[in-house]
Amino acid sequence: MAEFVSENLRRNFGDAIERVSDDRGDLTVWVTRSRVHDLLAHCKRDPELDFCFCMDVTAVDYLSLGGVPRFAVVYHLYSLKTGKRVRVKAGVPEDDPVVDTAVDVWRSTDWFEREVYDMFGIRFEGHPNMKRILCHRDFQGHPLRKDYPADLRWKLLRPDDLLDEISGEEMQRIRSRVSHPISE
Amino acid sequence: MGLNASDPDAGRTEVAAAPAEGVFTTTLDKMVRWARAGSLWPLPFGTACCAIEFMSVVSSHYDLARFGAEVVRFSPRQSDMMIVAGTVVDKQAPILKLIYEQMCAPKWVISMGVCASSGGFYRAYHVMQGIDEVVPVDVYVPGCPPTPEGLIYAILKLQEKIERGDPSHWQVEAERRAADDRSQQLVGS
Repeated sequence: MAEFVSENLRRNFGDAIERVSDDRGDLTVWVTRSRVHDLLAHCKRDPELDFCFCMDVTAVDYLSLGGVPRFAVVYHLYSLKTGKRVRVKAGVPEDDPVVDTAVDVWRSTDWFEREVYDMFGIRFEGHPNMKRILCHRDFQGHPLRKDYPADLRWKLLRPDDLLDEISGEEMQRIRSRVSHPISE
Repeated sequence: MGLNASDPDAGRTEVAAAPAEGVFTTTLDKMVRWARAGSLWPLPFGTACCAIEFMSVVSSHYDLARFGAEVVRFSPRQSDMMIVAGTVVDKQAPILKLIYEQMCAPKWVISMGVCASSGGFYRAYHVMQGIDEVVPVDVYVPGCPPTPEGLIYAILKLQEKIERGDPSHWQVEAERRAADDRSQQLVGS
């Protein structure tokens, strides 16, 4: 069904492709961590593949399955032109949980990667703002890791800065548009 | 009616006889409580589906105006009954506290639904296990979400509480703090 996708990737990445599975039309490609950025960029830019849409970036903790490497970063790509999907996975070891960012390929991966960092503690090298996105600033640990106690909470005493991503200039512009009497 | 200056009960007789038709006597305290109970201004702190149910309570079908509590304000300065409707996560906790503190006393809090009351089914790393961790709650409403009747019942309960003159949690807190300050001063002197 999606043979041309796996063939294209095998042709271009050869040994960097660790494993390919096509389970009832769901194509999954395992790639060496060091080549994952190249492969993603190729998926987007190659005219035959044309995966213009990165639907999600997430991760899996294989701790309870005794996984080596422990984590996998997972990318779900979709092509509006061919209607094909591919799942790209890259193994990430526990002692060096770093992957190259894909923000320069799809800008939409910015928040996805922050979420993966927040939940699993996998860092994305080259990301413009590698910080937590869901948990608050006093949170410690990464809650979707299998060895994180499910109900361990961290209290936040003062409100987190929810607008710190907006540059000073941009904030100024937003403030100047607000016309509620309280804000003046 | 004959007034007799030597009669010790004369004054009392006079007062009892004085009210004309349609006039009632009471105490100022009781009247203030009655007025407060009948003119609660809700501040919705809606974070989840309970807030949708709250909307139906204040809309025409369930019509909270019947109980004098329909003037929904979105500024804590103008409201005296906070209705926390929905899941409150740890990241939201200091914001909830800040808004509660901005309300003018006297003030009351209704915890609407199981999430606000106990964390509900979110026994997890990110949700407060009941908003009473940060704000004092007067009435808890069970349900996921509670029925509109459930919330109305809570408001009626709160009104009973106010009319009875039960101290609100903020009052108890304030008095405790004042007592602490006094004992601190005594220790200091």
